[in-house]
Amino acid sequence: MSSTVLSPSAKASPSSPEGERKTFLNADYGWKSWLFTVDHKRIAVLYLISIMVFFLIGGTFALLMRAELLTAKGDLFEAETYNKLFTMHGVVMIFFFLVPSIPAVLGNFLVPIMVGTKDLAFPKINLLSWYIYIVGGAATLFVAITGGIDTGWTFYAPYSSTYANTNVAGTAVAVFITGFSSILTGLNFIVTIHKMRAPGMTWFRMPLFLWAQYATSLIMVLGTPVLAITIVLLGLERVFHIGIFDPALGGDPVLFQHLFWFYSHPAVYIMILPGMGVISEIIACFSKKRMFGYHFIAFSSLAIAIFGFVVWGHHMFVSGQSAYASFVFSFLTMLVAIPSAVKVFNWTATLYKGQVSLETPMLYALGFIGLFTIGGLTGVFLAVMGLDRHVHDTYFVVAHFHYVMVGGMVMAFMGGMHFWWSKMFGRKYPEWIAQFSSVVVFVGFNFTFFPQFLLGYMGMPRRYHQYNAEFEVLNVLSSAGASILGTGFLMTICYFIWSLKWGQVAERNPWGAKGLEWERAPSPPPTFNFEDGERIVVTEDAYAYTHEEPHGGSLQEARK
Amino acid sequence: MSDHAHSTVGLAHHFDDLEQQKESGTLGMWAFLITEVLFFGGLFGAYAVYRSSYPDAFMRASAQLDVNLGGINTIVLIVSSLTMALAVYAAQKGSKGGIIAGLVGTWVFGAAFLVVKYFEYKHKWEHHLIPGPNFLFPDAHGVGQHGTPEQLYFALYFAMTGMHAFHMIIGLVILVWMMKKARRGDFTVHNYALVENFGLYWHFVDIVWIFLFPLLYLIGAHSGTPGAPH
Amino acid sequence: MSSTHTVPLKIYFGVFIALCVLTGVTVWTAKHDYGALNTPVALAIAGLKASLVILFFMHVKYSSKLTQLFAFAGFFWLVLLLVFTLQDFMTRGMLPTYVFKH
Repeated sequence: MSSTVLSPSAKASPSSPEGERKTFLNADYGWKSWLFTVDHKRIAVLYLISIMVFFLIGGTFALLMRAELLTAKGDLFEAETYNKLFTMHGVVMIFFFLVPSIPAVLGNFLVPIMVGTKDLAFPKINLLSWYIYIVGGAATLFVAITGGIDTGWTFYAPYSSTYANTNVAGTAVAVFITGFSSILTGLNFIVTIHKMRAPGMTWFRMPLFLWAQYATSLIMVLGTPVLAITIVLLGLERVFHIGIFDPALGGDPVLFQHLFWFYSHPAVYIMILPGMGVISEIIACFSKKRMFGYHFIAFSSLAIAIFGFVVWGHHMFVSGQSAYASFVFSFLTMLVAIPSAVKVFNWTATLYKGQVSLETPMLYALGFIGLFTIGGLTGVFLAVMGLDRHVHDTYFVVAHFHYVMVGGMVMAFMGGMHFWWSKMFGRKYPEWIAQFSSVVVFVGFNFTFFPQFLLGYMGMPRRYHQYNAEFEVLNVLSSAGASILGTGFLMTICYFIWSLKWGQVAERNPWGAKGLEWERAPSPPPTFNFEDGERIVVTEDAYAYTHEEPHGGSLQEARK
Repeated sequence: MSDHAHSTVGLAHHFDDLEQQKESGTLGMWAFLITEVLFFGGLFGAYAVYRSSYPDAFMRASAQLDVNLGGINTIVLIVSSLTMALAVYAAQKGSKGGIIAGLVGTWVFGAAFLVVKYFEYKHKWEHHLIPGPNFLFPDAHGVGQHGTPEQLYFALYFAMTGMHAFHMIIGLVILVWMMKKARRGDFTVHNYALVENFGLYWHFVDIVWIFLFPLLYLIGAHSGTPGAPH
Repeated sequence: MSSTHTVPLKIYFGVFIALCVLTGVTVWTAKHDYGALNTPVALAIAGLKASLVILFFMHVKYSSKLTQLFAFAGFFWLVLLLVFTLQDFMTRGMLPTYVFKH
């Protein structure tokens, strides 16, 4: 590993005397310099800390649920408590971990560096988005502490609007607020990618991570407002009982589902596209090869973002939606498999005859490809109306979306964090432990969620705290897997924190990777990302790995 | 904070030049307006669904609104859009007085719109047309009925016009702040992006009303139903 | 900054008068019954008014292709929302699996 790259611009100060060089981390000290920062990298760190808090909270809810499901009898929690657990798990993990995870942490950190500029287009708005996130998060925690909510993260009317006795209004406010943080992040990325690219950084020289972030941002900007207004209507219905989702007053609860999924299905792509971007970076770097089918991968991100908006009805096959609409949504859903598969095939083709090395980020990336493929293909099963009737609201669905969300996005997030950790903090994590724990995570994940496919196919419904005795063996497997998975995550968090102080000091480009963040920015970068006065001019395509001569910088020199 | 030689007054540190800064601001504003279109879009979606489900109830309910007040308000809002456009024009020409006059005009007509809206809301309140437990809609004999589909119309009426009015109130607050900046002379021929971008926002709010007016006020106008006794 | 296009005043006032006239037209047409065409006529006039505001007051006619694309995208996505929601409500009961009653 860690081949030293003689990149043309690696001249200045990778390892000047310890701690002397000003980086974004030591540019300023004190809590004010963090809480009032407008530096995108510091905001990324703020986001990292906050989403990890929510990840641990959401993970705790999950472990409590798995503890309950260890036995067929409902012996640990009341049914009502269990309902709150799965609802809070969903709300916290989706709105406060998965949606902001890669965009707000890695995206915030990397987008300006990758486009070759000093900061995002609207730095203050970027900070504002973090504060909005924190306010929304605090509101959610307040709800969790003061009794929770039991509607499921989908807040389906009329249960949520009329019947639930838990704090629906509080959670609705929290999610409403957090939505704005997502919108502002997306808006910032869109403008930055359009207007702030360095000279020479054309659209088709952009790293695929940026394409993925751009596509994600489009969804954030186009979808989130609809969620906001849906929540407003839900709140009005719940507080004033205006009848808009109440059948007794002429309203139609299915309308709620339409409006809700108009955002929330594309939001599923918010929760996977950025991960795909990360995987593209990792695969290229650890195969030391140009990306196979760069244009296809780039456009498939946009295709997923756009097609993703017209498939939402596949969540509603059993809701009373018209059969015609179900047919259309089913058909369009299957089309989304095409751009997703395009990505998988191109990653695989990139590996072919590459100089593949298996450091931790690559292990996560390879895990991603396998798990996402399983998650994606079972999604095609679910798009088939007949099969969906059978497995709707069973553990098959739970397993499917966890293969995409955890097996996909969380794996990508972990891979990305390992990949860019040294760039963010200037220290390396311990490679052997990391490789080991990535295997632990992979094994734990499959033990947790593969049995759930079987359970669902056998007919075990989701969202119950007790079940028939015949499901017990597989549930024990799943709970055991969850404990392994949790251990893997905790190990990772521990050695990451350890490495901040004791990790080996990282050079500028430990992976020998291509890209502005590796070749032109020190680790960690200074406040304005590049060396003082250095004007970034891009002269080569992304992933210009020279296949025969991975250590050389001569080809791109020659091209100038 | 590197201040280069050429004109960089009002240039943030991370932009190369004012051109890039202005273009970024405009693009950001348009992206924001997209979110606004879809924010209101959810309401228009709900409107489309319920109007197609209950066409007659929507016509009856719509007849409760005063077309004249709605029409006057439409004109008032168009005037305020014009004054806003004129403020941007003045900013492009560098006329400080022109900017202030445009902004004040915009504010006055915007406020006038809200005053009319207030009286309309008050009328609905007095006639039990606020959705909720106290909602009463007169049937053919003029007897108030609870929970009729007309309530859905009024739920949407208040959600849509209320959200629209909320946007106008925010606009009026920003206008006051901009007037202060204009008086201080903050806007120059080279740096008036704020005026321009606020103008986009204000025109967008106008566009929402352009659709709300026929969809809410005019759908029952041809039926000649006089509506309920006032 | 030099690229800024100043719209002549007479265009602003012309658009203003057109908007006022169209408001009158929409009220006038609303008082007549065209059956199924009532709503399309009203929406067409509103769309025309909105286009005037977007093109001239909001300068989209003179803006970059990118701005024009953004202005278009918002409304396009709104149409997606409306069409794909209504395709459910409009086709309830068309196929025999589900009967929708008011």
